[in-house]
Amino acid sequence: MAADQETVDRVRSIDVDAYKYGFVSPIESDLAPKGLNEDTVRFISQKKDEPEWLLDWRLDAFRRWQTMEEPKWARVNHPPIDYQDIYYFAAPKTSPAPKSLDEVDPELLRTYAKLGIPLIEQEVLAGVERPRVAVDAVFDSVSIATTFKAELAKAGVIFCSFSDAVRNHPDLVRRYLGTVVPPTDNFYATLNSAVFSDGSFVYVPPGVRCPMELSTYFRINEKNTGQFERTLIIADRGAYVSYLEGCTAPKRDENQLHAAVVELITLDDAEIKYSTVQNWYPGDSQGRGGIYNFVTKRGDCRGARSKISWTQVETGSAITWKYPSCILRGDASRGEFYSIAISNGYQQVDSGTKMIHLGRNTTSRIISKGVAAGKSQNTYRGQVSTHRLATGARNFTNCDSLLIGSECGAHTVPYIEAKNDSAVIEHEATTSKVSEEQMFYCLQRGLSAEEATALIVNGFVRDVLQQLPMEFAVEAQKLISISLEGSVG
Amino acid sequence: MTGRARTEGHGMLEIKNLSVSIEDKLILDNLSLTVNAGEVAAIMGPNGSGKSTLAYVLAGKPAYEVQSGEIFLDGENLLELKPTERALKGLFLAFQYPTEIPGVGGMTFLKAALNAQRRARGESDLTTPDFMRRVREAAQALKIDQEMLRRPLNVGFSGGEKKRFEVLQMALLAPQVGVLDETDSGLDIDALRIVAEGVNALRDPKRAFLVITHYQRLLDYIKPNVVHVMAKGRIVATGGPELALELERNGYRDYAEEAA
Repeated sequence: MAADQETVDRVRSIDVDAYKYGFVSPIESDLAPKGLNEDTVRFISQKKDEPEWLLDWRLDAFRRWQTMEEPKWARVNHPPIDYQDIYYFAAPKTSPAPKSLDEVDPELLRTYAKLGIPLIEQEVLAGVERPRVAVDAVFDSVSIATTFKAELAKAGVIFCSFSDAVRNHPDLVRRYLGTVVPPTDNFYATLNSAVFSDGSFVYVPPGVRCPMELSTYFRINEKNTGQFERTLIIADRGAYVSYLEGCTAPKRDENQLHAAVVELITLDDAEIKYSTVQNWYPGDSQGRGGIYNFVTKRGDCRGARSKISWTQVETGSAITWKYPSCILRGDASRGEFYSIAISNGYQQVDSGTKMIHLGRNTTSRIISKGVAAGKSQNTYRGQVSTHRLATGARNFTNCDSLLIGSECGAHTVPYIEAKNDSAVIEHEATTSKVSEEQMFYCLQRGLSAEEATALIVNGFVRDVLQQLPMEFAVEAQKLISISLEGSVG
Repeated sequence: MTGRARTEGHGMLEIKNLSVSIEDKLILDNLSLTVNAGEVAAIMGPNGSGKSTLAYVLAGKPAYEVQSGEIFLDGENLLELKPTERALKGLFLAFQYPTEIPGVGGMTFLKAALNAQRRARGESDLTTPDFMRRVREAAQALKIDQEMLRRPLNVGFSGGEKKRFEVLQMALLAPQVGVLDETDSGLDIDALRIVAEGVNALRDPKRAFLVITHYQRLLDYIKPNVVHVMAKGRIVATGGPELALELERNGYRDYAEEAA
């Protein structure tokens, strides 16, 4: 395809030397022009002052992406996406990389406050004793505030933006990047590999239990900005880390593509617990607008006895296409997937997990709770496969769907594949409706229809809510109530 | 009908010429009934006489069509109110078959209901210690242990546990009018006594009870002021507690024929 002239000019105008130390020079405009071609990829890479190998990695992905087609198997419908009508790089209009919170645009801080993001560095400085949460806040594409770095560093934990990791820990990035989700994995992951903007990087060294929950809040803000986050988390031998990802987006009218990639790696005896609360704009009551969330999340239990646990609460986005998965490579490794997916209005959810049993005595557990209201469609799609050498593999799957009203749909699509005859795979599934009896019982005690629905739904998803870290569970519970507003008459 | 003095002896619950059908079948046929504040009125009748329908219609369950008539709770026209609003006005129905709500702990449910009612009265939510104390006291009286309060609402409860939990809710919500729909069914004699004591403890000059039962047995423990006999959707006889004893001896046959 022909390079957009605007892009060519812009790339030419970049003085590479000015970016040698990262985002230290004032940048007049941080928007790459709309559209995608090799020059866009180069623009992004140069903006971030990336090493040659990473640019080549991106370009390989881009070339591969051009030969690929969007996946069509998911139970979702949307108008064709014009990939040339999207900005592939955006940054907030403020001087980036502040040294402390004082340097952060107060407007941004106010926005975060509204979202309830605990930038509690002050409290820590004041010596307040309480569970600590480190926030690596991502505003559009560039990390603007990172807290608790010093304390984490004391434990030897690396927690930084992906760009920082490329600069400061290139060997680690190079060793692990793309080893779980290869750059050619699928249409959206490959697109992400070509144009990813920023994200989080975590490395927990051998034997270290990360002293706090790590947390990243994502927020989509620029108009028409594709979001291509890239997250890489490595727990070295015997290490443990719990990571929280939460997001929200302001109301808007255009569809927005979000194609993130998350890679988790656990070595021998390591454990990663990854929790998500996703609350992106789902579109208006007529189904206009809303985020397209096409995400590839995958964990690799590379070491023996290692464990990866995904917990997700999905209430937002117009379309969700998301299958956080585990490759159970190490012997006796364990994968877990706990999911609450709530859809209302015209939302479409096609989500689930894959548990790929490769090692001996590997175990996996899947608990999925889908709640469909309004005119939404909610599909659980899950794959459990045990390969030839996976002697003694075990899986337990339970997926329940709850329908509210009569215009929504719940679908369950399990794929089960056993190539080792010692494998034990259990699958349970139920579909039920919020019964009139349950509603009436609650109303008779003085609850409003909305309170009653929220109570019944929260009961339905309780098994999964219990998997979330405490403060996240409270937030998730509120979110569930909010997302079901207007689902009952 | 507003502006009445809230005094003992006035019609706390007044049902006037109520006719109700479900799927075009007439269940309640021009039924009239008054329960005064401070009273316990018993409704007895054979199966299919419309007793449970009356309970549901009072609480506003959907699917029942009120053809004609009026219902007033302390002077307020109930038929104009939604089920939630009726509950907030102080109408409580102890269900014959309490519904299971998986995953919702009994405590969680009690707190949600209690706070919804407090908010409707303009009161603040109870603090957790205050709430716990009230529940513990009420539960102790009904011999409900703490473990049961933590279990999901009515899930796996025995018949007796379900009924005790209904009375526990009634004790905490302190309604103006308590409607007990066959609360004695499925109870052994010990549970029956506990439940009856729970109800008796709530008897109050400002409160009225409508106790629906098939058997006289319950009325040995909850002594009614008035006994109504219901058949074919109507009240066919009204009397004192002796009427219940007579029914126990002679059965409902006479009344069923009378209504036909």
